Amino acid sequence: MAQVEEPGPEATDRELTMSRAMVEAIATEMREDEEVFVMGEDVADYGGIFDSTEGLLEEFGYDRIVDVPISETSFIGAGVGAAMQGMRPIVELMFADFFGVAMDQIYNNMAKNAYMSGGSVSVPMVLMTAVGGTYNDAAQHSQTLYGTFAHLPGMKVVVPSTAYDAKGLMHAAIRDDDPVVYMFHKRLMGLAWMPAPEGPKTGVPEDDYEIGFGEADVKREGDDVTVVTLGLHVHRALEAAADLADDGIETEVIDLRTLVPLDTETVLESVRKTGKLVVVDEDYHSYGVSGEIVARASEGALDDLEAVSRVTMPDTPIPYARPLENEVLPDADDVAAAIRSVGE
Amino acid sequence: MRTLDVCSTVAIMVGANTLQQMYEEMVTARHYEERLQEEYLEGKQPAFDISAGPIPGELHLAAGHEASAAGVCAHLRDDDTVTAPHRPHHVAISKGVDLERMTAEIFGRETGLSRGKGGHMHLYDPDVNFACSGIIAQGVPPAVGAALAAKKRNTDDVAVAFLGEGAIDQGAFLESLNLAGVHDLPVVFVVEDNDWAISMPKERVTDVDDGSQRADGFDVHRERVDVDDAVAIYEAAGEAVGRARDGNGPTVLEVQVHRRMGHFMGDPEAYRPDEDVELARERDSIERMEGHLEEHGFTGEDRAEIRERAHERVEEAIEWAKDQPQPDPEEAYEDVFTDELEDWPERRDRELAAADGGEE
Repeated sequence: MAQVEEPGPEATDRELTMSRAMVEAIATEMREDEEVFVMGEDVADYGGIFDSTEGLLEEFGYDRIVDVPISETSFIGAGVGAAMQGMRPIVELMFADFFGVAMDQIYNNMAKNAYMSGGSVSVPMVLMTAVGGTYNDAAQHSQTLYGTFAHLPGMKVVVPSTAYDAKGLMHAAIRDDDPVVYMFHKRLMGLAWMPAPEGPKTGVPEDDYEIGFGEADVKREGDDVTVVTLGLHVHRALEAAADLADDGIETEVIDLRTLVPLDTETVLESVRKTGKLVVVDEDYHSYGVSGEIVARASEGALDDLEAVSRVTMPDTPIPYARPLENEVLPDADDVAAAIRSVGE
Repeated sequence: MRTLDVCSTVAIMVGANTLQQMYEEMVTARHYEERLQEEYLEGKQPAFDISAGPIPGELHLAAGHEASAAGVCAHLRDDDTVTAPHRPHHVAISKGVDLERMTAEIFGRETGLSRGKGGHMHLYDPDVNFACSGIIAQGVPPAVGAALAAKKRNTDDVAVAFLGEGAIDQGAFLESLNLAGVHDLPVVFVVEDNDWAISMPKERVTDVDDGSQRADGFDVHRERVDVDDAVAIYEAAGEAVGRARDGNGPTVLEVQVHRRMGHFMGDPEAYRPDEDVELARERDSIERMEGHLEEHGFTGEDRAEIRERAHERVEEAIEWAKDQPQPDPEEAYEDVFTDELEDWPERRDRELAAADGGEE
């Protein structure tokens, strides 16, 4: 399939939710290539608990939109096997939190087979999975786990924050010859039962396009402070940046979009300009994305770095009750406070 | 003859008490779920928002599953361990979990069983050795572990793992069968077959009708109760729990139950044929139980009295729970470890406070 030049979300008046954009990309790829199929729990009649496969059953039938037993080890491992045969499975892990059931297949098989075979084997599969909190679903249904997947070598990891990116990243993920973990935030999908914030619903061109892996997106330009973030917190950071602009603090907001590969250069360019770095991550504080970004900034722009702050989940499991989850999950005020603290 | 008469009278008396107990648990559980549904939907209408209202997050209600918990737990003591899945309320009620503190937990209050940290999928009551969890088949290996502890300590305690029929496809369950079988552990695996794994009908994802057949490959005892009837479940569970308690090894007991509500509140069930919903409503284990009670001489008035008592208990628990304080946000940082670490976890406000302090 010829890759068309990235047109941008402004190129069209047609607005889609993030879930519709993902589904559109999957449907397009399935029409083009019979080797593409979807496999997961409740992907057929239900259309995916988070609408990630909504409507696909009607067009493609049960043979290509495959409900599977609650056997993550088996069906994710089967995805690996089918991919090694040259098919292009899109396998859904309903919640990223459930990865523990099947991690051996994910990190020892899916992620390593290309390397362990000396490059003679490829695993062109997409593992798409729902992440994130904000709706009091407690410790086993609210995690983002970005750092866990990005840490283990052999998987490309992408995290869309808008419908436009969701479509382009999905096209790129399906066409990629390697395993791609596609982590979508539930709160951004535009579900009827979980209202999305302003922002993820964007213009989405009808034609197919790819968002290249390793290309961060500067969502807002500013000279005072750099905020690096991803997923839901792109929107929270933009909200904080808009508020702070009224007080004369100009914040640059970078949406990483992909964690593996990571667009270090865009981060460094911004940090060289502002000298001040805030990393916002819904994932746990230690040993994760926030630490990695600070490390890259330190390695690449140490002389320019004047102040650093991280806004993350603390190193606790995610609590259930509303006041407790609100306490630990970073909101726009937390981001604004961190920007002020480094900006002063 | 007299002796026999006395015996049979005693047997009927015991039976009647047990019946009454089971019925009371069942109507408590049913009313509990119906009331939680009402409370849950408050603040979520007209536009459903999962994060709004007095009970946020997912809520998986067990209306239609009551017979299973009542029939099985009638054979259990406080020292026996029970693990339940994400649809746990009926099991918790029959196991004797503190209803007020459980309800406070579901409302996310400070005096809840888990001080508001767990929510309805993560209820723990160590006083009666009950725990539940949110990922399919997750509670099965820990039940095997409780059985292992009982065997090592040479007690006659048993463990029961409740799971759904969708969970019998999960490795954690199959591996547990083997471990329990190999060590002859005192554990019963109770498979609640409600025909649906969210939107996936049993026949689409599991290639046997009778899920208890899973036991065959592991040389484990098995039985399926094909009817949603607490008395039939009570009898089958009596044998399975007795076998475990006597040191004669594990059993898989599959019981037919029905899902009277969606998988979770807010599930539109568009995938589910109307006839199936109707059938689940018709095959009501509580109505069936009323028939048993009638046979044992309980009048309509007796039954109404039991129901009233049960409803009152539920109302009191809900009222109490809603009256409890919200947890202090600071508590979010506690309980990660039992042996606490000093100045842990690292916190944003601490960092900011330190930065401010440094600048002064």
